[in-house]
Amino acid sequence: MRTVYVDNNATTRVAPEVVEAMLPYFSEFYGNPSSMHFFGGQVQKKVNEAREQAADFLGAEPSEIVFTSCGTESDNAAIFGTLDSYPEKRHFITSRVEHPAVMNVSSYLNRKGYRTTELSVDREGRLDLDELKESIADETALVSIMYANNETGVLFPIEEIGQIVKSRGIPFHTDGVQAAGKIPLNMKKSTVDLLSISGHKLHAPKGVGVLYMRKGTKFSPFMIGGHQEKGRRGGTENVPYIIGLGKACELAKKHLEDENTRVKSLRDYLEVKIFEKIPNTLVNGDRKSRLPNTLSVSFEYVEGESILLLLSDLGICASSGSACTSGSLEPSHVLRAMGVPFTAAHGSIRFSLSIYNTKEEMDYIVEHLPPIIQRLRDISPFWKDYLKTQGKG
Amino acid sequence: MWDYTEKVKDHFLNPRNVGEIENPDGAGEVGSLACGDALRLSFKLDEQKRIKEAKFKTFGCASAIASSSALTEMIKGMSLEEAEKVTNQDIANFLGGLPEEKMHCSVMGREALESAIANYRGQKVVKEDFEIVCKCFGVTDREIIKAIQENDLKTVEQVTYYTKAGGGCAQCHPKIEAIIEKVRKEMEKEGLTPKPEKRKLTNIQKIKLIEETLGREIVPALKADGGDIDLIDVDGSKVYVALRGKCSFCPSSEFTLKQYVESKLKEFVSDDIVVEEVKP
Repeated sequence: MRTVYVDNNATTRVAPEVVEAMLPYFSEFYGNPSSMHFFGGQVQKKVNEAREQAADFLGAEPSEIVFTSCGTESDNAAIFGTLDSYPEKRHFITSRVEHPAVMNVSSYLNRKGYRTTELSVDREGRLDLDELKESIADETALVSIMYANNETGVLFPIEEIGQIVKSRGIPFHTDGVQAAGKIPLNMKKSTVDLLSISGHKLHAPKGVGVLYMRKGTKFSPFMIGGHQEKGRRGGTENVPYIIGLGKACELAKKHLEDENTRVKSLRDYLEVKIFEKIPNTLVNGDRKSRLPNTLSVSFEYVEGESILLLLSDLGICASSGSACTSGSLEPSHVLRAMGVPFTAAHGSIRFSLSIYNTKEEMDYIVEHLPPIIQRLRDISPFWKDYLKTQGKG
Repeated sequence: MWDYTEKVKDHFLNPRNVGEIENPDGAGEVGSLACGDALRLSFKLDEQKRIKEAKFKTFGCASAIASSSALTEMIKGMSLEEAEKVTNQDIANFLGGLPEEKMHCSVMGREALESAIANYRGQKVVKEDFEIVCKCFGVTDREIIKAIQENDLKTVEQVTYYTKAGGGCAQCHPKIEAIIEKVRKEMEKEGLTPKPEKRKLTNIQKIKLIEETLGREIVPALKADGGDIDLIDVDGSKVYVALRGKCSFCPSSEFTLKQYVESKLKEFVSDDIVVEEVKP
């Protein structure tokens, strides 16, 4: 069976160039970068090279790059590391549509006695910046707002938000896991103090991430241990993965244009064709400000898990914000925060593309998706009811 | 990804009896769009008052569709008195089991059946007569009590898996806990716990169940490796089988028999089963 992989916001294929760059550092060059001997020294040189590649990709200084184990660690480190530096400030601001790596930290802080503000979004998934302005207080320790939403691809106006936050002298963190590699990032011209990145979302392996930390940002280490990463993150460096991530950053910079032209046009093509062929379909999220690779659509009166399994049966790999896929009973917190009606929230499907996708693959999806939706609608009691209300039943 | 049995996949990919019967003798509907799943069931009776035809329409996930399809297959030919006795566990068993998080799909099947039978008898299942415990999913105390009794549930998490109650805002968790405690106390008093896991089987039932289990759980996997298995005899708890094809000379066949065949038969038929190989 063929595989059409359009679930790249979940994880991506490790680029062959990345694998190649990593391999010697498992067996041949296994030294510890901290060692005094030449054998460790040559590895340290490669880790530094990876740091430069990551810095170059983000428009940052190499000293501002901290390697971590994943996006979740970067988010946790950014939040706890900042709050720990401002123990007298007990207020945290975030949004209602964050990734669990931030959202669940927010609930944790709340249980620990912090005041937390979770900013709402509108039907298109957009923030109200006035609400942000009103929420900021003297006791606010940190504002953490994601760059791009993993489910809908909606982009928040990060620089506008940053200006508001920085004008009040408050540190600003953004979860950039979904943004990195999909839109240009330049920390030199940014208001962001802390930015999280995950390796496996940009064709590096799972198990490595970056926390960008602007020079001068107050921070206490989240992972306490040795002197690694200039004392900002203890633990022996995950050398092969860091080297892989460096390579992936270099490639991502090179492919950024392709992502924003060819991949974007594939996504747009898929969207147009789906709308053309399937009635009662809606897009979730602001189409004017959205990642170039992401399409979240809802098919009314059918349920997402059923769609996914029928797609999967044909080799098409996508994901859903429906309740049943997550094991929870309610649709995703993102769609609920946006107020997507229940007729549509349970039937949401996310297609997320990468540079490895082709037009032929989009045609394959466009060919097979409409009969799947029709088949499930034929089983659904509500579809017939709906047709009746339209005088078609 | 959910670990669905082959039978769940089959009933999801090839659902039986989809549709709505015109002028049905009984019809019932449970669930809603907001809840994420709903089932509309209708049936027609023959002259002997047995279910001649049953049809469903379902909005929901794969296990909801498979449970509905299974239910319609199971109740065909049953009298209403027999159909009334179908439990959600029977539906799950028919499908070779459901992931515990998905048991509410089988409960939805049982509730739709109950509602359709009540509809035939001119009764109405009125939710208002009972207290709504879970406001997010509109689950009543009656539904929760029934699920606890029928499925020997012990925790709030299990109640959520089986009825959805408590799966939203979680405010009702203390209430559910209190219901569990009360119901289990009553069950203990009446000597209803622990429920026997498996019924006592007659010889014919046992052989039939062994054959079904081999066919459903074991043969497909062996065939995938170029092997096969035949049931030779059943003597009490001893099951004699012969391995065919590649399995007959496979060095790990002993392992296959004990670890795989025997454990599946223990799971689905009886705990005391011992599998022995008959060599040709």
